[in-house]
Amino acid sequence: MLTKRIIPCLDVRNRKVTKGVRFQGNVDLGDPIEMAIAYSEGGCDELVFYDITASAENRQIDIGMVREVARAIHIPFAVGGGIRDLDDMQEVLLAGAEKVSINSLAVENPSIIAEGARVFGRQCIVLGMDPVANPDRRRFPSGYEITIRGFRQRTGLDALEWARRAEDLGVGEIVVNSVDTDGTRDGYELNLTRLIATNVGVPVVASGGAGNPRHLVEVLTKGRADAAIIASIVHSGEYTIAQIKEELARAGVPVRKKW
Amino acid sequence: MSESFTETLHINRHRLIAIIDYKAGNLTSVRLAFEHIGAECAITSDPTVIASADRVVFPGVGAAGEAMRNLQRLGLVDVIRQAAQSGRPFLGICLGTQIILDHSQEDGGTKCLGLLPGEVRRFAPADPECKIPHMGWNAVRIVKPHPLFEGIEDGSEFYFVHSYYPAPSDEKYILGETDYADVRFASVIGHANIVATQFHPERSGRIGLRMLANFVRWDGKC
Repeated sequence: MLTKRIIPCLDVRNRKVTKGVRFQGNVDLGDPIEMAIAYSEGGCDELVFYDITASAENRQIDIGMVREVARAIHIPFAVGGGIRDLDDMQEVLLAGAEKVSINSLAVENPSIIAEGARVFGRQCIVLGMDPVANPDRRRFPSGYEITIRGFRQRTGLDALEWARRAEDLGVGEIVVNSVDTDGTRDGYELNLTRLIATNVGVPVVASGGAGNPRHLVEVLTKGRADAAIIASIVHSGEYTIAQIKEELARAGVPVRKKW
Repeated sequence: MSESFTETLHINRHRLIAIIDYKAGNLTSVRLAFEHIGAECAITSDPTVIASADRVVFPGVGAAGEAMRNLQRLGLVDVIRQAAQSGRPFLGICLGTQIILDHSQEDGGTKCLGLLPGEVRRFAPADPECKIPHMGWNAVRIVKPHPLFEGIEDGSEFYFVHSYYPAPSDEKYILGETDYADVRFASVIGHANIVATQFHPERSGRIGLRMLANFVRWDGKC
């Protein structure tokens, strides 16, 4: 049986892993390579790295770091933040990343999804989306609007329509990162996650709001997610990946138990 | 000094693993995994390097049709066939595992290399919520002992990403099985000096590295 993936997210700024709430108040947590090794050996199923300042500084992602990660761990990892074009995607993938994650770029230039899927294969192309609740059901039938640029800019796009369109264009996976729950540790946005997960044919990764293992159980069962991204719940040292997986297994969620 | 020249200088042909590059996906992780376990390897499209390497890895990600066209364009079909028949250890990974069979349903039907008898089928789950591609970690049940499995527990999980699966024509070629999308498919196949995994051992953590180390130690006999 295919297991549900647990994916620690490492937000990186100046080669340090950092964590904030709603992209603000960031504090440094440690070295990305050391943390990647620790999580990989601790039983995570995949990792995701976001270069959180590359985009704002209009510079290329830290390729040196991607190379070091690829040398240090031998499980899949995705890289996002500051991807500007196909050349950037190629460089990240050739450096050893399994997947490349795009967000604002895909909204501003949707054809990059189709181009990336054609050149590198759709399994490499991850769409990150940052939806925020919007009660205007006439404009947003799903009840959620897509934001970009680190939640700062609204797009007028309905979350579900965008997810379906991105799937048609060729994304291999969709990360649904709820603006409303990101960093709150109050649980994932279950309705939103389920809505996307049950209406697209590609895997959906839930993100934003994990505060305890129960939250993962909920989003991987009721929320129908295929995978869950976690951050402060493990960065803080409060829980280990193994503890989270034990709780998931007890609740009947299939997880990888040997590593 | 060019990188390829530097690489050539360090090649010890008697211990070299040739990772065949036929423009089907990214081979960096395969190379890094072999380097991690101390094996000497080179990513190559050069038939003479492949012909003289003492083991061959045939990886690949992507579509069968384009992969076969690339192999023909690069003039690699014969050297791969020779490697498979030479008795030298031969490891297929993912798309490489599929196109060593006779035929694939992909791209409107693609004639493949026919190194092992069988075909490649598309997952067709009844449940519309069953996601394709099959992406993530899934268990491999060992159905036939093989040196590749040494030290690996039955039921260990490996990392998969694929929409089509290998279906050898005879059970005797099935070494390991995995369940997904209403089918029990052959996730490890092999015969004589050929062994091939649908999953990515290079992306499957410590257990995957163990499998690659087993391949590096294997003499190509069962």
